[in-house]
Amino acid sequence: MNGVPMEHGLVLAATLFALGLCGLMFRRNMIFVLMSLEIMLNAAGLAFIVAGTGWQQPQGQVMFLLVITLAAAEASVGLALLIQLYHRFKTLNIDVASRMRG
Amino acid sequence: MELAFYLSGLAAVLATLGVIANPNPVHGVLYLVVSLLAVALVFFTLGAPFAGALEIIVYAGAIMVLFVFVVMMLNLGQAAAEQERLWLQPRTWIGPSLLAAVLLLTLISLLWRDDIQRVIEGGELTAKGAGTLLYGPWLLLVELGALLLLAALVTASHVGRTVPVAAPKPAARDMPTGDADQPQPPQQPARGESSSPAGKEVL
Amino acid sequence: MMEPLTTFLTTLSTAQATAALLPLTFLLPLAGTLILAFSRGTLSYRLSALVGVGSVGLAAVATLLLALGFAADAAPQTVTLWTWIAVGDFTPRISLALDGLSLTMLGVITGVGFLIHLFAAWYMRGEAGITRFYTYMNLFVFSMILLVLGDNLLLLFLGWEGVGLCSYLLISYYYQHSANGWAGFKAFIITRIGDVFLAIGMFLLFSRLGTLNITEILELAPKAWQAGDTTVELAAFLLLGGALGKSAQLPLHTWLADAMAGPTPVSALIHAATMVTAGVYLIARMHGIFELAPLALYTTGLIGALTLLMAGFAALAQTDIKRVLAYSTMSQIGYMFLALGVGAYDTAIFHLMTHAFFKALLFLSAGAVIVSCHHEQDMRNLGGLWRKLPLAYMGFVVGGAALAALPLVSAGFYSKDEILWQALAADQQGLLIAGLIGALLTSLYTLRLIIGTFHGTAKSANARHAEAGRGFAHGLPLVVLAVLSTFLGAWITPPLSGVLPAGPGDGVTAGHGAVELIAAAVALSGMALAVWLFGLKRGWLRLADHGMGAGLWQLWHHAWGFDMLYDWTLVRPYRGLVALLKSDVVEGVFRLLAKLVRLVHLGLSRTQTGKLRGYAVTMVVGATLILLSLALVI
Repeated sequence: MNGVPMEHGLVLAATLFALGLCGLMFRRNMIFVLMSLEIMLNAAGLAFIVAGTGWQQPQGQVMFLLVITLAAAEASVGLALLIQLYHRFKTLNIDVASRMRG
Repeated sequence: MELAFYLSGLAAVLATLGVIANPNPVHGVLYLVVSLLAVALVFFTLGAPFAGALEIIVYAGAIMVLFVFVVMMLNLGQAAAEQERLWLQPRTWIGPSLLAAVLLLTLISLLWRDDIQRVIEGGELTAKGAGTLLYGPWLLLVELGALLLLAALVTASHVGRTVPVAAPKPAARDMPTGDADQPQPPQQPARGESSSPAGKEVL
Repeated sequence: MMEPLTTFLTTLSTAQATAALLPLTFLLPLAGTLILAFSRGTLSYRLSALVGVGSVGLAAVATLLLALGFAADAAPQTVTLWTWIAVGDFTPRISLALDGLSLTMLGVITGVGFLIHLFAAWYMRGEAGITRFYTYMNLFVFSMILLVLGDNLLLLFLGWEGVGLCSYLLISYYYQHSANGWAGFKAFIITRIGDVFLAIGMFLLFSRLGTLNITEILELAPKAWQAGDTTVELAAFLLLGGALGKSAQLPLHTWLADAMAGPTPVSALIHAATMVTAGVYLIARMHGIFELAPLALYTTGLIGALTLLMAGFAALAQTDIKRVLAYSTMSQIGYMFLALGVGAYDTAIFHLMTHAFFKALLFLSAGAVIVSCHHEQDMRNLGGLWRKLPLAYMGFVVGGAALAALPLVSAGFYSKDEILWQALAADQQGLLIAGLIGALLTSLYTLRLIIGTFHGTAKSANARHAEAGRGFAHGLPLVVLAVLSTFLGAWITPPLSGVLPAGPGDGVTAGHGAVELIAAAVALSGMALAVWLFGLKRGWLRLADHGMGAGLWQLWHHAWGFDMLYDWTLVRPYRGLVALLKSDVVEGVFRLLAKLVRLVHLGLSRTQTGKLRGYAVTMVVGATLILLSLALVI
C-alpha cells in the first residue's frame, strides 16, 4: 500500500463529525455539549488538512488555523456561558434555559 | 505510515465515542484530549507536522486546559455523574444516534464515488507555505482571526462576570435616556424598583 | 438727503437684489416652520409666537424692499434657483417670477399675513399647541408664496396642494372634537375635486404646448389655437374647475362655511384673505387661455354672479357670526369671478386686495368679540357690546362699511363700483343686475351682523361679562387693517398694467358716474332697509316666525340645501355601494388568507420549544434531508 486514499481521510473526518453531532443532540450537560462542538470543529479542521495534503496546497493549513482560532473563541465564550448558566440555575442542564419558548 | 494513519484514526474514533458516552466530565475531558492527540498523529502521518503541532499545543493544550479548569471550578462531584448516568438511557440516545448514522452514511456514500482519485503520499507541508500565504494574499484572514479573538475576549469577560444575582448595579437602570427635554414622569423610579426582583435578568 | 435714498432704491431694483430678496420671502416662513416643527414642543409660548410671527414679519420686510425696488424699475424678473426635475426635455425649475401681479399677491400674503399672525399671538393665548399652530401657519404662508411666485404650473400646483394641506390641518386644529375633523375632511375632499380638474388641465396644456412655463404657455397659446377652439375651451374649463374648488364657488362651495371650525385667525388668513382667492389669481394668471375661450370666460362670470347671489341670501339667515362672514367671503369672491368673467382681470385683483384688507379686519374683529365673550359666537346670544368692545366695534363698522361699499369713504366702494362699471362696459347687463342685487344683500346682512352683535341688549351671561382685549398684538392689526379698509387702502394701485390686459371699461368714462351713483344708492338704500328691518323693528330673527318667511329662512340658513343635495346624490349612494362591497366574495378570499397565515403561525410557534437540543436535531434533520436528496440525485 502506497499512501492513504483521500477518501479515507475524509471518511474519518465525517465519522468524527457525526459522533460530535450525536453527542450534541443527546447530551444535556452543557460541558459535554461544548466538547461535542469541539469535536465537530476539529473534524472540520481535519477535513481541511486532508484536502490540503491531498492537493499539496498550503491553503488547507491556513483554513485549519482559522478553525483553531474559531474553536478557541467558541470555547471561551461557551465556557463563560456555562459558568453563567450554573450560576443562575445551579445546574448544567441546558434544557432549563428554555425561556425563549414561543 | 499508512498503518499509523489507520491506527491513530481508530484511536480517535474510539476516544471520541468515549467522550460522548461518558457520564463523568473529567473522564470526558481526558478522552477528548486523547482524541485530539490521535488526530494530531493523523496530521503527522498525512504530512502536515505544523498543523499537528498546533493541534497539540492549542487544542489539546490550551483549550482542553480551559475545560479542565472549568470542571474543577464547578466541582460537580459524584452526584452529577449519577445524574448523567440517569440521562444516558437508550431512549435518549438511540434516536439522535440513528439520525447521525443516516447523515454519516449519506456523507460516505457521497464520498465513495471514486471520483476523487487522489492518494496522500505523505509529502511534507511545512509552516513556510502556510506563512507566506497567510501574510501575503490572505492577510485579511489574519485580521479576521484577530477580530474574532478580540470579540471572544470581550464577550467572555462580559458574560463571565459573576454579578451578585440579588442586587444588580443600580447604574444599569438609572442611565439617562437622552430625552432631556421630556421631563421624566414621576413613576419612572417606582417602575425601576418594581423590576428589581426580576433584575437578575440584567447581566 | 435724497441722494442716498435714490441710490438705495436703484440698488434694490437691480437683478442681484431681487435674486437675494425673492427667495427670502418663502425661505423665511419655511425656516420658521422647520424650527417650530423640530423644536418638538420645547419652545415656550412667547418663543413660538416670536418665531412664527417674526418669520412672516421678516418676509413682509423683504416684500416691502422688493416693492420699493419694483417701484423704481418695474421690469418683471425671474429668479431661477435650481432645476427641480429633469426628464428629457421636461425640466421644470424652482423658479420665481416677480411681476406686478405676483408682487400684489405677495404683498397681500405677507402683509395681511403678518398682521394676522400677530393678532393670533393674542387670540391663541392660553391654548394648547401654539407651536403646532404656528408651524402650520408658517407652512401655509410658505406654500401660498410658492403658489403666487412659481413661474411654471407645476410649482404653482405644489403651492396649491400645500395650501390645501395647511387648510385641512388648521380647520381640524381643535382635533378633540370630531366635528372639526369632519369639517377638515370635507374641505380637503371637495377642494381635491377641483385640484383634479386643475391637474388634468395642466396635463392637457403640457401635452398640447409641451411646456408648463406660464409665460411660454401664454405666448404659445394664441399661435396654437383659434379663439373658441374645443381644446382651449376644455383647458380653460379645467382650470376654472380648479379655481372653483379652491375659491369656494358654485358648485364646489359647501366646504367654506364648515371651514369656520378652525381658529378665527385661520379663517381670516386662509378662508378669507389669501387661500380662497388663489382661484382668482389662477384665472388672472392664465388670462391668455381664458381670452381664447369665451365660453369658459362667460361661465366664470355667470358662476360668480350665481355664487354672489346664493351666498348673499345664505348670509342673511345665519346666526353664527363667523358663518355670516364665510358666506360673505363666498359672495365677494363671486364678485371677483364676475369681474374676471367680463375680462376685467385687474379689477378682480384690485377687489381681491381690498377684500383681503376688510375681510381680514372683519374676521379679526370677530375673533376679538369671540375671545372677549368667552368663545360665544352665536348672534342670538350676543348683543349690546358696542360700549364694552370699542375697538372690535370700530373694526366691524369700518370693515362692514367696506364690505357694504359705503360710498366715498370705504375701500370696498371703489373696487366694487369698478366691477359693476366693468360689467356694464362689457355690455353684460345680467351680471350688472346680479351685482346690484348682491350689493343690496351685502348691505342687509352686514348691518344685520353689526346690529345683532353690538346693539340691542346682551342676551347671555357671556355677552354681559365681555372683557375687551388689550395689548399691542390685539390693537395694532385691527388699527392697521381698519386704516387700509378706508379709502386710503383704495389708493394703493396694484401695478398690473404690464401683466394683465386692460378691462373693457378702462379708459372709458361715459356712464361711469351713473353706475357710481346707482351703486351708491343701492348700498345706501340697503343700509336704510337694514336699519329699518333689524334696528328699529328689532325683527332681525322674526323672519323665522311665520309661514313663508320661516321656510325661506330655513332654506337660506342651510345655504339652499346644497349639503343635503350632495348627501343624497353622492355620499349616500357611495356609502351604500361600500357597504355592499364590504361583504363580497373577493374579500372572503383575503380573509381566508389571513386566517391561514394565523393558523400556520400558531403551528410554527409551537416548534419554538426553547430547548437547544431540539433545535440541533431540527438542523441535523434538515441537513440530512438536503444531503440525502443530493446523494440520490447525483
